[in-house]
Amino acid sequence: MKIIDLKMIRDLWNMRGQVIAIGFVIIAGVSVYVSMSSVADTLQGTLKTYYEEYTFADGFASVRRAPESLGDRLRRVEGVNQVETRVAASVNLEIPGFDEPVTGQIVSVPEGDQPRLNRLFIREGRLVESGRGDEVILNEVFAEAHSLTPGDELTAIINGHRRSLTVVGIALSPEFLFQLQPGSLFPDPQRYGVMWMGQRALSAAYDMEGAFNDLSFTLAPGASIDNVTDRMDLLLDPYGGSGSYPREDQASHNLISEELNQLAAMAFLLPMIFLGVAAFLLNIVVSRLIALQREQIAILKAFGYSDWAVAMHYTKLVVIVALAGVVVGTGLGIWMGGAMAEMYLQYYKFPFLNYTLQWPVVLTAFLLTVGASLGGALMSIRRALRLPPAEAMRPEPPPSYRMTLVERLGLQKLLDQPTRIILRNLERQWVKSALTVIGIASSCAILIMGLFWGDAFDYIIQVQYGIAQREDITVTFNEPTSASAVYEISSLPGVQHAEPFRSVPVRLKSGHRSYDTGIEGIPPEPYLRRIINTELQPITIPREGIVLTQNLAGILQVRPGDKITVEVKEGRRYEREVPVVSLAEQYLGLGAYMNLRSANRLVGGGSAISGVFLMIDEQYEDELTQALQDRPRVASIVSQDRAIESFMETSAESMLTMTFVLSLFAGVIALGVVYNSVRISLSERDRELASMRVLGFTRGEIAYILLGEMALLVLLSIPIGLGIGALLSRWSAQSLQTEMYRIPVILGSDTFSLAAAIVLIAAIISALLMRRRLNKLDLTAVLKTRE
Amino acid sequence: MEGTDAEVVFETRGLAKVYDMGEVQVHALRGIDLELYRSELVVLLGASGSGKSTLVNILGGLDTATDGEVFYRDRDLTKASERELTDYRRHYVGFIFQFYNLIPSLTALENVEIVTEIASDPMDPKEALELVKMGDRADHFPSQLSGGEQQRVAIARAIAKRPAVLLCDEPTGALDSETGVIVLEALDRVNRELGTTTVIITHNVVQGDMAERIIRLKDGQITDIRRNEDKKAPRELKW
Ligand SMILES: Nc1ncnc2c1ncn2[C@@H]1O[C@H](COP(=O)(O)OP(=O)(O)OP(=O)(O)O)[C@@H](O)[C@H]1O
Ligand SMILES: [Mg+2]
Repeated sequence: MKIIDLKMIRDLWNMRGQVIAIGFVIIAGVSVYVSMSSVADTLQGTLKTYYEEYTFADGFASVRRAPESLGDRLRRVEGVNQVETRVAASVNLEIPGFDEPVTGQIVSVPEGDQPRLNRLFIREGRLVESGRGDEVILNEVFAEAHSLTPGDELTAIINGHRRSLTVVGIALSPEFLFQLQPGSLFPDPQRYGVMWMGQRALSAAYDMEGAFNDLSFTLAPGASIDNVTDRMDLLLDPYGGSGSYPREDQASHNLISEELNQLAAMAFLLPMIFLGVAAFLLNIVVSRLIALQREQIAILKAFGYSDWAVAMHYTKLVVIVALAGVVVGTGLGIWMGGAMAEMYLQYYKFPFLNYTLQWPVVLTAFLLTVGASLGGALMSIRRALRLPPAEAMRPEPPPSYRMTLVERLGLQKLLDQPTRIILRNLERQWVKSALTVIGIASSCAILIMGLFWGDAFDYIIQVQYGIAQREDITVTFNEPTSASAVYEISSLPGVQHAEPFRSVPVRLKSGHRSYDTGIEGIPPEPYLRRIINTELQPITIPREGIVLTQNLAGILQVRPGDKITVEVKEGRRYEREVPVVSLAEQYLGLGAYMNLRSANRLVGGGSAISGVFLMIDEQYEDELTQALQDRPRVASIVSQDRAIESFMETSAESMLTMTFVLSLFAGVIALGVVYNSVRISLSERDRELASMRVLGFTRGEIAYILLGEMALLVLLSIPIGLGIGALLSRWSAQSLQTEMYRIPVILGSDTFSLAAAIVLIAAIISALLMRRRLNKLDLTAVLKTRE
Repeated sequence: MEGTDAEVVFETRGLAKVYDMGEVQVHALRGIDLELYRSELVVLLGASGSGKSTLVNILGGLDTATDGEVFYRDRDLTKASERELTDYRRHYVGFIFQFYNLIPSLTALENVEIVTEIASDPMDPKEALELVKMGDRADHFPSQLSGGEQQRVAIARAIAKRPAVLLCDEPTGALDSETGVIVLEALDRVNRELGTTTVIITHNVVQGDMAERIIRLKDGQITDIRRNEDKKAPRELKW
């Protein structure tokens, strides 16, 4: 090995504490980047393969009832490749040992065969056999939620008749990665499940022989989905079609692609912060190293080492630190990525998962890290390069200090000597001080950003389910029913309040913008399903006009006072102009609300309702659901609390892991910044401090000078970090919010306290490490060496 | 030695150096005309601030003149680029400084090796240490050596590449007289045995007795060049 490289290695060894601190920050950044990117790539890749191999449909549609012959006409539509017609039925289920209401969707599959589209991955058991009317295949999440295996039985109420069904297989389908009950926002596999049944058996049970009510299709190469859905709708409308829609609007696909996009966004943002901090740390460490080695640089140059060789010497040092960080970080990232992928495999229920680490990810990690590190060190290296050897032989002139602002204002009498030293030093090295503040603040900001999600979701749940949607149970009917059903249901045991609603499937249009959704008709002064404004005050639903949620108004680009076109997609299709009267605040989901009467007028029927919201006495819940399930017209019974609960359960777990990892990494950053800054101050000022010790200052007083400076910076950083964190949260909320979620930027005081506490703890740990070093300050050695 | 047949190593004509300090200009050298010959040992005397270091730094290619010319044999150092100066220092010049300036993270031997590694015809680094009687301390780090020992390692480092010229800026400045004599002996020996042209800066008039010529500087000008007819060995010097 060349001696100059040996020197580099010894230099690295001498500053190992700092190198390790920087290394950790790099490792944190790289491992987060590699793991999250590789998981995002893996999931995208897996999803793509899964969709291809199991022929996930490009579009879907449902009708009330259409003859099989329509299928052939649909197949001939220009741009359509394959069409698969089927029967889909919403049913109530009874599962032995589980007494809460369970609803399900049964989808038909050819008997003894795979469907051509949305093929099933049979995890266990087999497909349904022809001629066996009682066989079903369960979606795996649902089966797992109830520990059902092939051979088990359950009861379904299909079309008003109880039927005993036997589970013959457990399957996965690209169509139901997430099982979302229509109208609900979170999957709840205990209370809602998808299952498959033989085509003939289901048709017979559902009075659909020779007919279908649901279909999916694939596109011919190069065909445009919009054109195809338009052409299909023309054919489907006479049969009560509610409009065909593309894969993008399919509930499961929609949810999973949003989650994957969020993952990819996070995979980039977080590591950038880490690498930025690492660059800053390398900057201060290398610039200090080069200042310390002024004379060594001069000697090397005096003896004929070229500027280039000297620059390379320090460049190598930086690259080695960066490389070590990248190698360890990548290793850790692959391990974390594998574990995360495993977690996601469980969560998403993919039939297979090929963990792939794409080389561009590693290459990007490498380039970003080395780039950031060199970027951080570049200025200092250039200084070393430009240092004329004769100049460098002379000791650096004493740093020039001046009175600080506080002193110039005549307040010096308030300050003791050590405090003045602290203030003068901060003012003299204001760039370094500012960077230190930014570094610590960024760790605080990362924490806020991580913790923010918890706060936001708490707030959403509180607003949406505490103030706005106060119903306990939502009952929907198979089809619009006479308004008197409200009174009927009111009289059931345990019902404290019943409130009707009417939903109308519509397409809302404004100019060239349009959005398919449902209008919900509700009483003018609703007690349960309340509509709130931005001040969270319930608003009265006016007699005329429509109320839109803010995000829906945003999509349509309309404001109160504007008129929109409502295309009713129920029954005969027609359009109406309706004024927008006000906007509603709603974080989860989007929607349009009208007075119950005007909603009914819109469809032209009498006073019909689609369902009722109920407030109930919990004691009677079981009895009530039993009573409701026995009514033939009841299509679904959704319990609000359960939906929230199950959502919170799954998300709380991942939130906790996320918070823990973030706290750990933010702590690493804070520790790295504080440790390095103090370490460098010590090396810059060990002579000064040792001289003060010689003059009779105590260890405590010396420590005060050094650590007091840092304490001041940390205290300054925390509010700045909280501010930046709030901005980052706003940014991530904005970039991650979707049509379905609007994320309010709400930060609880707990979040601020926790973030501040973690930063303080990290600072205290580094202060303790430094205090030990200070106590060991060797007075004679420090004063002997010439600098 | 002197005269037409003596081989000229350095030649300067009207050499001047001005440090521009903004408001004031410091004239460190004002018109130096000087010739140095092959294998001679010269002592440079002068008050603090008289320009000794500046002159030697320019001769060694560490610094460049503001005006005038300086030649190392037929190399014009005033017109040399940074790259050429680096090359010149690498192959022809050895430096010794008042504060030794060893690299603290390298052992005595490695401090020598770091220079021989890039030289074209170096001696064995161990041999260089032997020459200054430091062979048995080869594996010690600078912090484990006394000032005199460090300075001898610095000499070994300077001579190990067999430089044509050896430029020493107050090599004994930080040493007591006994240790100083040991260091001067090492320099004298290198000058005799390797025939290296040697320039020694000192504040110590007595050290002039070991030189062939003594040059005095005052305010950036040469006031006096004296030939020493009675050259003494360093051991005979007392201060
Ligand atoms: N980089 C510099 N900038 C400004 N002035 C300088 C610089 N280097 C040297 N000088 C000035 O040039 C003059 C000559 O300096 P030089 O170091 O050559 O003196 P010297 O004879 O070596 O002194 P000493 O015996 O104290 O080492 C001095 O007045 C010094 O202040
Ligand atoms: Mg000098």
